[in-house]
Amino acid sequence: MFSAEQSCWFVRKVICWRAAASIAWAVLLLPPITAVFVILSKFSLLHPIQTISECLSLLTSASAVFSLILLCGVILMVGFLNLEYYTVIPTIACSKIALLGQLLHPRQLVNSLVHCIMGIIVAWCCAITIGGRYETLGYPCSNCPFVFNSDSSPQMCLNEYHLILLLAGAFVGFSYSLLGVIHNMNYVSFHTVQQYKYLRFKGSLPLVVKCSATQALKSVRNYVVVYLFLGYIPKAWICKTLNLHLNSSAHPLDSIAGLLDFSLLYHLWISASFLLFTWHITLLLFRIFVTEVYSFPVQSSFTEDVHQCLPKVLTDNQPMILKFLALQDLALLSQHSPSRRCEVFSLSQPGGHPHNWNAISKECMSLLADLTQRLVAYHDTVATNGRAKSLSTGSERKTSSETSGTDDLMSPRPTFLMKTPASVFARSIVGGPQSPLTAPFTPDLDSPFASPALRRLTAPVEQCSPWFGTVQSPHVMRRGPKLWSTSTGESRIMEAIRSLRSDTLRSNFNQIELPNIISKASSQALFADSQAHIWALEGLSYLVQASFSEDQFGVVQTTLPSILSCMLVLQEAVDRHFKLPHASSKPVRSTGSMGDSTYKTLRFALRATLKTAIYRITTMFGNHLNAIQMSAEHRKRLQQFLEYKE
Amino acid sequence: MCSLALFPPPLPSGQTTLCESNNELLSGATTEDRLKQESSPLSLYFPRESLKLHSRTESSSKAAFLDHSETLWMRSAAAWRDGGLTGLLNEITNSHTDVPKCLSVSSGCILALLRKISSFHGSLFPHLTLSSEDMIAEFSQVLNWSDCVVRAFAWHPHTDKFAVALLDDSIKIYNPKSVTTPTLKHRLQRSVAAVQWKPLCASALAVACQNCLLVWHVDPCSLSTRPSSGCAQVLSHPGHSPVTSIAWSPSGSLLVSASPMDTAMMVWDVASESCVPLQRVGGGGVSFLSWSPDGSHVLASTPSALFRVWETRMWTCERWPCVKGRCQSGCWSPDGSRLLFTVLGEMVIYALTFTDTPAGVPTSTSKGPQAAAVVADLSETTFNTPNGDVIIGGEIQSLAWDPTGERLAVLLKGDPQAADRRPAIIAVFKTRTNPIFELLPCGFIQGELGAEPRLMQFHPNFQHGALLTVCWSSGRITHVPFYFMGAGVPHFGLSGSPSVPRPQAGPADFSNHSLFTELIS
Repeated sequence: MFSAEQSCWFVRKVICWRAAASIAWAVLLLPPITAVFVILSKFSLLHPIQTISECLSLLTSASAVFSLILLCGVILMVGFLNLEYYTVIPTIACSKIALLGQLLHPRQLVNSLVHCIMGIIVAWCCAITIGGRYETLGYPCSNCPFVFNSDSSPQMCLNEYHLILLLAGAFVGFSYSLLGVIHNMNYVSFHTVQQYKYLRFKGSLPLVVKCSATQALKSVRNYVVVYLFLGYIPKAWICKTLNLHLNSSAHPLDSIAGLLDFSLLYHLWISASFLLFTWHITLLLFRIFVTEVYSFPVQSSFTEDVHQCLPKVLTDNQPMILKFLALQDLALLSQHSPSRRCEVFSLSQPGGHPHNWNAISKECMSLLADLTQRLVAYHDTVATNGRAKSLSTGSERKTSSETSGTDDLMSPRPTFLMKTPASVFARSIVGGPQSPLTAPFTPDLDSPFASPALRRLTAPVEQCSPWFGTVQSPHVMRRGPKLWSTSTGESRIMEAIRSLRSDTLRSNFNQIELPNIISKASSQALFADSQAHIWALEGLSYLVQASFSEDQFGVVQTTLPSILSCMLVLQEAVDRHFKLPHASSKPVRSTGSMGDSTYKTLRFALRATLKTAIYRITTMFGNHLNAIQMSAEHRKRLQQFLEYKE
Repeated sequence: MCSLALFPPPLPSGQTTLCESNNELLSGATTEDRLKQESSPLSLYFPRESLKLHSRTESSSKAAFLDHSETLWMRSAAAWRDGGLTGLLNEITNSHTDVPKCLSVSSGCILALLRKISSFHGSLFPHLTLSSEDMIAEFSQVLNWSDCVVRAFAWHPHTDKFAVALLDDSIKIYNPKSVTTPTLKHRLQRSVAAVQWKPLCASALAVACQNCLLVWHVDPCSLSTRPSSGCAQVLSHPGHSPVTSIAWSPSGSLLVSASPMDTAMMVWDVASESCVPLQRVGGGGVSFLSWSPDGSHVLASTPSALFRVWETRMWTCERWPCVKGRCQSGCWSPDGSRLLFTVLGEMVIYALTFTDTPAGVPTSTSKGPQAAAVVADLSETTFNTPNGDVIIGGEIQSLAWDPTGERLAVLLKGDPQAADRRPAIIAVFKTRTNPIFELLPCGFIQGELGAEPRLMQFHPNFQHGALLTVCWSSGRITHVPFYFMGAGVPHFGLSGSPSVPRPQAGPADFSNHSLFTELIS
């Protein structure tokens, strides 16, 4: 079940426990939520006391306990799916077609199916709890003359109220999973304001209630419309398979008159709200727990713990979450903790080398250099109007990948695919971001039976490629149903970008190329993992600032010129990027959705952090910076900062 | 404890305070002196007549148009848009003819119920009944805000430029090194209560407005005198208006804002325009914020007799209930270890000392003192001057501590209505933090005849001591320098904002200079 990534000590020891704790809390919260649901579903204004007594008797009944156990199972499953599908780098679809590709991806289809089933289970529990006319699927038709057979026992009729509730559960579960892709619900963002878990939970609770209720309202509205037109299909099917009859004397519910039943609509809405609320709470708890600050030791005296120390962990790319948490810890320690800063500046005992500082600064700078290269390549591509100059040797492969699928195994990207062991959820593309687009059941890719198409599927897919829209190659046309496979994007300019040294944070960037792609989404995709860069900038700048008085051995001095030039080059690249159309346009604020839209504004945050970081260094060192060796261009740039003119 | 009785008597009327030099405040009466002070490029004068004020509010223009009969639906929609739920209910209640009787009666009942509830809520927190203009005037740090020509003032933390918000809702930015003075105007920029520059940034200016927060990005190299409103980011959150106080974190990463109407304090990530509401029970709003210079604490006072001190690592807070009134103003010592504050209705300055918790400890609940100590008494004191007795003292409007931690300016409210006319005046203390915290009298700062101080702020990095900028009721802005050698407070705070490296305080024997004042006390 657990793939190679899971074998990482951090995932095993920390992430899994955090996920388990979040699920445990969600399960513990389930009984009170259910109680509230029962009260709300049974509430009648005229008989308050009767309502309360009914609720109490219901909550203690055996059926309630049974449905509670079922609901716990659903929560466990939701929590497990959260753990399986979460990502710290969002996958951003740059076009509608790409989004469709995401939605139709097998991994996503499995997700939707599981959510549908869970939705039916929750709806069944709701039906049991609400009771009354919703309770059973069939009932003996007593007053129906047509189905009266003289010889046999009374025939069973279909209880459409029960059916409509179950189908509503399936619909809401499906739309939950669908909206999850559209709003990037599996994206876990990190907060700039640190708060304790309880307070953060308490603070987000009203928002969760509100967005569950509105989301449920929207889903029910859509569901009612769908049921009105297509309701007869499941009804007939159920009747046929279960040998039930339609009670012709009862009102059919797939009519306007049947659906204009206020109590029915209310029960549909409250059930959908209950369903969404429990799932959202699970998701919220998961996000809160998994993004909690983890404090890594800066150095350890035991050699077996060295792989858990900050300098080592920072350079790991294996689970993205580990790298992110390490960078977050670096940013926090550089800001708040003099004792740990002191360890960073310390020298190794035999030898006297600043290994800690070297490792940390090197990693941070390589992250920044990586971003700079990406921005420059993007800018060049845009400037040459998409006819990208081939930056690398890879371009001779241009069209070969389109002609034969097996070729893919030779291409640089799928090479790291080979390392992926067979797992149920091929989440881990080594070094790449977790993409929900990877195959649901990873086939053994090394086996000769694996189809090329499937191999493609498991590759990190170029969602951004506008080639999704403009499928030209006849080979691609032939592969009709494989919409999600992005073989088309394989070609051409890809190579230019792929050749970039992006071993560290290989993000969705490798999809940005090609003409007329200057869209908002591509700019967002470019900065999708920028939270890491923001922390690297903060960490570096605070450490350099602190080094002014805390660095006893002068370990920072030697790297100061390269840090400054790295930041200045990035600053230039970012400035240039923001001059492009769309880059500086603000995204529309989306409220009332559980999806975290932080990634849409990361580029602005990066720009602000970068400027602040340079100012932090220049205000601290002032004119001492004139003594630093650097190119004339950088000195000019730095002088602007020293005079506060940027 | 220091009291006003130890102060040198105020100047005879007509004399103005020019500067502090050699440990005494120098004054001048002649126009020459005044001209000299006013000829400096940063001294400004905004005569009230020169400002074009809004003649009426927008809603009052309705009366100028003829009544026009619309359908009920149109009217209801308009009422919903203008006045929300209450407006809609009002409209339904008032239009008896078009609406079924039961609907109008029931909406009337709901309206009455809502009013009852809001009046009950208002009786718990009386400030909620104020209009937003009155509320800003009530909670602003500016004395008599509604009648003030200069409504807000902010020095840039690193350079010699400053922003001035005027009565006509415009903001002007003055920079002695540049000829252009950009004027910032925005549709939403109304009733500016506070402005503040972002630290570690050259261009960003946060403005607390009636309905929202604006963050202007004024390019220092631009020659434009009217930056377009596209340069401003609008930060708003439902229910969070009017904004009466804002504070940037000294590291420039976060902005907090407060509104007396909103029990939550907002922590903004300005670049991504997202906010985190920090809510605690009690207080009924947040009226004043002050971020300590080392970035570790935030003072948040509420409209009721309670204030909080937030610790900014994990955003937990301590509650400080006051006995008498709300916390009116407060300021932090440069190292962030000491908080001075004043309480409405009392004439004393309190001090709280925060011992540094080891910053590496992850459980960073702020461990503070158990009680506040009174450090200065500013009750009325009579001075005998050649012109007769002058009474000075009373309640305190605002406090300002200079960035070196050597001078503390206190703006006293005065009482123009009282029989013995007590003017508003600025009293300046010398402060010492080592070996024990002490306040020593320095003197009063007076302006020209008839001008009252309304607003004051210290220059964040004045090279030769401290520079106090005072905005007067006449519309004049003057700068009073205090020339002294600092006692050598370390400025290279690590966890907080780096102050501009200033030449370290002079030779050691000069640093005794300020100790002479000990004899006076």
